[in-house]
Amino acid sequence: MSNLPALPILVPFAAAALTLLFKRRQAARRFIFLGAAALHLIVCLVLLAAVMHRDLLVLHAGGWPAPFGIVLAADRLSALMLAVTGVLGMATALYAQGEMRPLDTGFCALFHVLLGGLSGAFLTGDLFNLYVWFEVMLMASFGLLIWGQSRAQLDGAIKYVVINLLATLLFLMGLALLYGLTGTLNMAHLYQKLQLHPAPGLVTAVALIFMAAFGIKAAMFPFFFWLPAAYHTPPIAISALMAGMLTKVGVYALLRTFSLVFCHDIALTHGLLLILALATMIVGVLGAAAQYEFRRILSFHIISQVGYMVLGLALWTPLALTGAVFYLAHHMIVKANLFLISGLCRDVTGTLDLDRMGGLYRRYPLVAALFFIPAFSLAGFPPLSGFWAKLLIIQAGLQAHQYGVVAAAVAVGFLTVYSMVKIWLAAFWKPQPATAAEPQPPVRLSAWKVAPVCALALITVAIGIGVEPVFQLASQAADQLMHPQHYVQAVLGDIVP
Amino acid sequence: MIVALSVLAGALVAAGVYLLLGRHLVRMLFGLVLLSNAVNLMIFTAGGLDAHAPPLIAPDQRAPVAAVANALPQALILTAIVIGFALLTFMFILFYRGYQRLGTADTWRMRVAEPEALPADVHGAPHA
Repeated sequence: MSNLPALPILVPFAAAALTLLFKRRQAARRFIFLGAAALHLIVCLVLLAAVMHRDLLVLHAGGWPAPFGIVLAADRLSALMLAVTGVLGMATALYAQGEMRPLDTGFCALFHVLLGGLSGAFLTGDLFNLYVWFEVMLMASFGLLIWGQSRAQLDGAIKYVVINLLATLLFLMGLALLYGLTGTLNMAHLYQKLQLHPAPGLVTAVALIFMAAFGIKAAMFPFFFWLPAAYHTPPIAISALMAGMLTKVGVYALLRTFSLVFCHDIALTHGLLLILALATMIVGVLGAAAQYEFRRILSFHIISQVGYMVLGLALWTPLALTGAVFYLAHHMIVKANLFLISGLCRDVTGTLDLDRMGGLYRRYPLVAALFFIPAFSLAGFPPLSGFWAKLLIIQAGLQAHQYGVVAAAVAVGFLTVYSMVKIWLAAFWKPQPATAAEPQPPVRLSAWKVAPVCALALITVAIGIGVEPVFQLASQAADQLMHPQHYVQAVLGDIVP
Repeated sequence: MIVALSVLAGALVAAGVYLLLGRHLVRMLFGLVLLSNAVNLMIFTAGGLDAHAPPLIAPDQRAPVAAVANALPQALILTAIVIGFALLTFMFILFYRGYQRLGTADTWRMRVAEPEALPADVHGAPHA
């Protein structure tokens, strides 16, 4: 048994605790902040390599055998999510170093607590433990969301806090009922127990409570209203990390629970997910079309893209799940990068209101090029990563003979292009509006901010061109999700239900 | 006993949801407090109520001999109470600060983050 799965959790929490010891020492704090993010990235990549090699890593915390103790289980999906978390943590930490001057103690600590909470949520094999990690993330995200305490942030945070708290209470309610039905909260053990459960109707009712709870987290229709109220208000580095990670944890939880725990009535649960996914895609993209603020357009696009991922889960074929996993990884990188780029645009124009922006293409061709890559990856232009993600989902839809779904996915893709073109025309292409008195001297962009944006753009291009290894990984992850026997065996050993 | 506790939990959930549907921050706060307590009660009830002996193991034994009460639901509730307490405390402060800075406790009038496109919306809330 290897202790490796515990490291992605331990490193950020150790960093958060260490940071608090260096309240007065700015340089030491910065070193810990960036060093821990780098170490977290390395640990996550090592874990990914180990999982690629060994298929599945299981750690029984404290040596307690499952289902009595808490299990950390890293399969391919978890490891892939962790690797992306590490990349985004590093990128946003670098950006924050450029944006937050000085780097405050509280900010550094909360940032790493958020990373630790995310890692825990991706690794745990126990539903109650998942609840605890959700709360850890939630508390850190509350603190980060109101960092700076502007009026808009307080307004957005109130809506974010209330709706997300309601989601965790629903989650806990589902947990209570599930425990009452089965007497266990270990996911592998639940898989065994629910296969033979005498009252499938009750299990379905509980499954729907979980769907609502994770649906709120993932910002699915009709639960998404907290997201566009809050995500455009905090500092750029924070909103990029949240946009990249937080809703995707909800999607991950849906993927995990609706493949491992609730798979007794696929027609009902996944049929409902299909309808919700379609509504999420369409409502999200239409919401984006109505917006004129850079980050609010991007926020609505998160919603619409979450629809694609859940669609992959709802179709429930190996190819569709592969598409969902691929989409998840691609989207986290691209979306966080777009939020970071919105920050570069704000630095040079002083605003994020599309009506008052303009002329960036002529004056800052580098920023324009950097925007072009993730924006048109998101819209699904070949050969960027988003093209392959959409292709997989659409192909899976065709194979499942769901032609209406395919039509909707293609239409939403076109509307996504429309929104990206809208940003491109308004911020980059059209001349600077006359209201901006006289042309300012060009602003020098901080290297701390440009470097992570370049790195994420490079990853997007690399995934697009060298798609095969990522596709293989996603396909194997989907295979593990569809055939959980190996996972169950590894977690439980030889316990009979 | 199980029936009584279930009905109580249901009533608390109903009251909590009713309060949450209000527009005033204080009502929403109390709604969430009630909901969180209702959920704790649900864990307690769903975990199984039985009047067994306390789960203590004699020094010379490795496992309890007779039937004992299940301690796990209480551990779960304890975790949930601690987390819920921290979140509610944060929310108290957030709501108070929000009330101070935004000048209202009516969520329909909180339009700083999402300004209205039109001078007045259908609810007649004034333009912030």
